[in-house]
Amino acid sequence: MTGTFVGMPVFPKAAREAVGDSQLRRNLAHATGTIRAKRAAVVGEVEEWEELRLAGAAIKENVLLHLDEHLVRLEESLTKAGATVHWASDAEEACRIVGDIAAAHDATEVVKVKSMATQEIGLNEALAARGIDAWETDLAELIVQLGDDLSSHILVPAIHRNRAEIREIFASAMGEVGRPAPDDLTDEPARLAEAARLHLREKFLRAKVGVSGANFAVAETGSLVVVESEGNGRMCLTLPEVLVSVVGIEKILPTWDDLDVFLQLLPRSATGERMNPYTSVWSGVTPDDGPQEVHVVLLDNGRTRALADEVGRQALRCIRCSACLNVCPVYERTGGHAYGSVYPGPIGAILNPLLKGVGHDDQTDSLPYASTLCGACFEACPVRIDIPSVLVELRSQVVDAHRGGVPKPEAVAMKAAGATLASGRRLGLAERLAGTGIRLARRVGARPWTQARDLPDPPAESFRAWWRRTGGDER
Amino acid sequence: MVTCINDALFPDTGRNVVRLLRRLGVEVDFPQAQTCCGQPMVNTGYLDEAVPVLRSFVRAFEGYDAVVTPSGSCAGSARHQHDLVARRSGDEGLRAASRETSQRVYELSEFLVDVLGVEDVGAYFPHRVTYHPTCHSLRMLAVGDRPLRLLRHVRGIDLTDLPGANECCGFGGTFAMKNSDTSVAMGSDKARHVRETGAEVLVAGDRSCLTHVGGLLSRQRAGVRVMHLADVLAQTEPSKVVAS
Repeated sequence: MTGTFVGMPVFPKAAREAVGDSQLRRNLAHATGTIRAKRAAVVGEVEEWEELRLAGAAIKENVLLHLDEHLVRLEESLTKAGATVHWASDAEEACRIVGDIAAAHDATEVVKVKSMATQEIGLNEALAARGIDAWETDLAELIVQLGDDLSSHILVPAIHRNRAEIREIFASAMGEVGRPAPDDLTDEPARLAEAARLHLREKFLRAKVGVSGANFAVAETGSLVVVESEGNGRMCLTLPEVLVSVVGIEKILPTWDDLDVFLQLLPRSATGERMNPYTSVWSGVTPDDGPQEVHVVLLDNGRTRALADEVGRQALRCIRCSACLNVCPVYERTGGHAYGSVYPGPIGAILNPLLKGVGHDDQTDSLPYASTLCGACFEACPVRIDIPSVLVELRSQVVDAHRGGVPKPEAVAMKAAGATLASGRRLGLAERLAGTGIRLARRVGARPWTQARDLPDPPAESFRAWWRRTGGDER
Repeated sequence: MVTCINDALFPDTGRNVVRLLRRLGVEVDFPQAQTCCGQPMVNTGYLDEAVPVLRSFVRAFEGYDAVVTPSGSCAGSARHQHDLVARRSGDEGLRAASRETSQRVYELSEFLVDVLGVEDVGAYFPHRVTYHPTCHSLRMLAVGDRPLRLLRHVRGIDLTDLPGANECCGFGGTFAMKNSDTSVAMGSDKARHVRETGAEVLVAGDRSCLTHVGGLLSRQRAGVRVMHLADVLAQTEPSKVVAS
């Protein structure tokens, strides 16, 4: 059973605990540093990388601007190919549809391909409530599930764990839900992978229902695409009799040719590989080959809300590659749990508020502020999502959502600053108090600043006062 | 545009910009109506509060050929955020005026290299120096290696590479206060890299980032001082020094 993010504290509080965990800091710095270097190498060797990014962004923009037409086309193509299409407006509806399909086949368990959409809707918990076990088969998701843990990264959800910790989890938890780990299990990666293979194999062979997401949904051909590294996904996509895929409505690509761009952008940005090991494509049902009953659940769950946001809608271009997480200096220090969502890091800081809306809960409202606006994410994003600009826009939405009530001290300060800074004369008067301000801060303490940082010495006179006195003449 | 932080806390950096530009033959004025670029409000989400600040910005710099500022962040704010504020105001006149003004805004190294066409500004600074490219100069303005080209021409300088130079120092405006623990964690790693270089002086093009990293280095008694790029470029050989 996996934990849940419900009730997570606001970002600064969660981050404070995370940055204090030196083992976590070490695990994250090592892992993000390694993957950053791999990505930089394989991106650097593509001469037309910038053109690919522009193409990727343009294709996705077209999808978003004409989403209604593309969705209808996708539904037609899928239906023609023998798939059953379901529409889910929110998480609850999507979970109910998947649960009903499993129940219709008397399934007590499903095997799962790694999928962000199903994590987003809390499918495992919803199925468990109906007495259906959902087995994660991606190695990292398995580590998270067996450890009763939460994922901390989109692509490598167990990035916060080192191999010694993984050995402990396998040794203690595998036996409770299936084939136990070998008694002499070590923390060698090959031995850990072997234990996972043996544990998962019996589940692959037994399960009647497979559940997946999709990296891409090609409207023209009605094809779903899953890109992965391990081959465990392909086991789930081919062995069960029934396959259910939960797909966000923004995952559409209009034509088969568009895949050309994205199958170059995604692996290089995600794992730092030229090509991922397994790319599975299926279009509905193929007689006598693979699942003979194929369902596709098209999921909204806040996406149309995000689409209505003129600045924020570009977040729906996201292909979940995690490049922004790996280059983010904030994520590298705090890890993913601090973001309180299956979507952590810079993309999570914009996607969660866009999907849920701001002004309702403090945790979501704290996310747009979880960034220094350094711009490393925008630089790395394969579909050119201008994350810093969206963060600034969402901050203004958070502030606007709280206007009208009793103003917070920050709002009072900003109003006063705005009035002071509207006139050079008023600022000049205020600056006479700057020295007093610094001396006061030293005396009574501006703790968030001074706990680790010294304040500068206040100058004898401001630049403005010097200029007025001398006209800028130093002689 | 001296910037609000230099005006109030680091007037010497402002004076060094004036000294440097005059040495290079530029006619320098300081319009007293100037205040701030409005970035502290915009980046915290207070767009309405930034509108009067933008109005005073546009008024203050009307009629000048170039608005030069010793800050990548403030120049970036003028070029990339002022339109956002102007749109919020609903005032098309302000929008047009702001767009026209922002086209005349230059970060110091851009102005020196692109407009004046100089890389050797005749500076002398016989110290071991490492340079941190601040995020907004690097990624928002794309000043590239202009500051380094200027520094490489400084006589007597011992310029050493900063490991992990392109990574953010963790200042981030109100981030430094709202998320102080993460900010300090990032800044501590930056300070560690600075110490590893053995430099006496850390140089950058933004006083705000330097206040953060400098505050950490000072607390650590690291023996490294921070200087703005303008503070270094204004220095000349002792015989030519003008007493301030």
